[in-house]
Amino acid sequence: MAYNCVVAIKQVPDTKRITGEAMNDDGTVNRGALPAVFNPEDLNALELALDIKDKFGGKVTVVTMGLPAASAVLREALYRGADDAILVTDRRAAASDTLATSYILSCAVKKLDYDIVLCGRQAIDGDTAQVGPQMAEKLGIPQITYVEKLLTLENHYVTARRNIGNGWQEVKCKLPVLLTVVDEANEPRVAAAKKLMKFKKARTAVEIQQQLKKQNPAASEAELKQLADMKIKELSEQGLLIKQWDLDHLKADMQWCGRDGSPTKVHRIQSVVLTARESKTVETSDKGISDMIHELISDKTIS
Amino acid sequence: MISVNPKGEVWVFAEQHEGKIEDIALELLGRARMLGDKLGVKVGAVLIGDQMKALAEKLCHYGADKVYVLEHPLLEPYQTNSYSKVIYDLVHKHQPQIMIYGASACGRDLAPRVASAIKAGLTADCTDLQIGDHENKAEGKVHKNLLLQIRPAFGGNIIATIINYDRWPQMATVREGVMPMPEPIGTRKGEIIVEKIHIAQEELPIEILREHKREKKVNLKASRIVVAGGAGVGSKENFKLVWELSNALGAAPGATRAAVDLGFIDRDHQVGQTGTTVRPSLYIAVGISGAIQHQAGMSDSQKIIAINNDPQAPIFDVAHYKLVGDLNDIVPKMIKAIKARV
Repeated sequence: MAYNCVVAIKQVPDTKRITGEAMNDDGTVNRGALPAVFNPEDLNALELALDIKDKFGGKVTVVTMGLPAASAVLREALYRGADDAILVTDRRAAASDTLATSYILSCAVKKLDYDIVLCGRQAIDGDTAQVGPQMAEKLGIPQITYVEKLLTLENHYVTARRNIGNGWQEVKCKLPVLLTVVDEANEPRVAAAKKLMKFKKARTAVEIQQQLKKQNPAASEAELKQLADMKIKELSEQGLLIKQWDLDHLKADMQWCGRDGSPTKVHRIQSVVLTARESKTVETSDKGISDMIHELISDKTIS
Repeated sequence: MISVNPKGEVWVFAEQHEGKIEDIALELLGRARMLGDKLGVKVGAVLIGDQMKALAEKLCHYGADKVYVLEHPLLEPYQTNSYSKVIYDLVHKHQPQIMIYGASACGRDLAPRVASAIKAGLTADCTDLQIGDHENKAEGKVHKNLLLQIRPAFGGNIIATIINYDRWPQMATVREGVMPMPEPIGTRKGEIIVEKIHIAQEELPIEILREHKREKKVNLKASRIVVAGGAGVGSKENFKLVWELSNALGAAPGATRAAVDLGFIDRDHQVGQTGTTVRPSLYIAVGISGAIQHQAGMSDSQKIIAINNDPQAPIFDVAHYKLVGDLNDIVPKMIKAIKARV
């Protein structure tokens, strides 16, 4: 029995490799200085979907919402074995918080044929872990969060083991269901050489348009459109055109998208400046250390 | 969503498992009390399960003016759909202005589902909550007495303050251990309100087959002193020094994520953004460089001693006592000095 999986993935700034240049003096983030990566736990979600496809058959579709540059993670997913990829991109989706993001993504997922929706537990830029459960609610399907192992998949029921922090829980649920996947779940496969060779030329329409504009700075809008249409047709015939959907295509209700659809707003951003403390350098001699311990005993820090 | 309602109460999700209130719920009540007093409104605890009434009094001792008791055999144990359904109904009935949850495995599973159903905002993993005003320059409007939802973002490199001024309730999850546990007052009384529940089997799509819970190997949060080691300790063998110093002080041994990843000590001992947040009287950092993710879990300690051979290590920026040198020399000297004095 085959199962169709949809995996929601995200391109994120690599917050684990933050350097001094990544922060502006005013405390805002200089996103340009950070390399963009495939959100780590989304790779675990993709791996789980590919594993289901390998064992049971079915189709794996990846979907991401983001800027045109996010097409890169869709290609990464194709290299690893995803069958189809969709970029949801629209200027009107900018400034979406988790609620608006989950609404837009759920509109995209609703257009697809799915038995299982998968997400990474959380993305490393926000660490909120909210979009998965919020998508499940909007799709009207149950959620199994923190999946560390898929145990069985049969007769349209899934059993899975969840990591609940202080232990684990094994649960059973009828499909369709949304799973959020933790990094202990598996070891994500690397890109397959053959697929990489095939899909490295895959592009979204917006990427083609941006590239042509860069290559032909003198061309008129009409000329650029003609060039783009030709290239899009060519890639489409080769099966290398990555699908691109906007909010109109999703028939999304604008009141739930972007800034208007986002109840949470940023009041203030501060860079982390650790407060200077009254501090002293202690001599590392026996006497220096003994005096320090004595001081800590007299002020009752050590009893 | 519900509309802006400055008279609304401040609510806490009183997370319980098997009839035991989780510490995080009590920590949240302490903060909710402060927020409620500032706003001049009542503090409510939302207690969900079966046969829960006996726990309600305890919630009053920790600061609740009211306890909403949602009891039903189908509400034990916790399930995402059933709990979010009854919370959704309760929020629409009583229109609280604020609702906070622990950022526990359960709270982080539940709160987003509730927020999505209500179409309200939710801020994850807050480390602080305050009341303040927000000036919206574009609209030329000042929104008074909002919940300031303060959280680290971008891997702990920035602190963001999030607000929600139009689609209420204002909701947030709060990290465990970042807010001090209030002192219970045994004579404090509150109103216990048993709510009528509408719940059907369809609200329980999950079947729990088996469960295994384990006690953590160490209770870092409850310790007055934490002695933590980092990658600089060098080896599992050498980590013995951390254990010895910890034993000499009756402290709990902690570690950085790097030390845990290197296999020096079990993950239960991890302090920091992805581990436990501690605020002990004394924190001794041994061979810890002081990455921002680690500091997020310990910089509120009352006194900090840092031992590191690199005088430029960021840990020294937050330390009260700086010991620059070889930990293999310094730690034994400390143990000797402690044994001589205590």
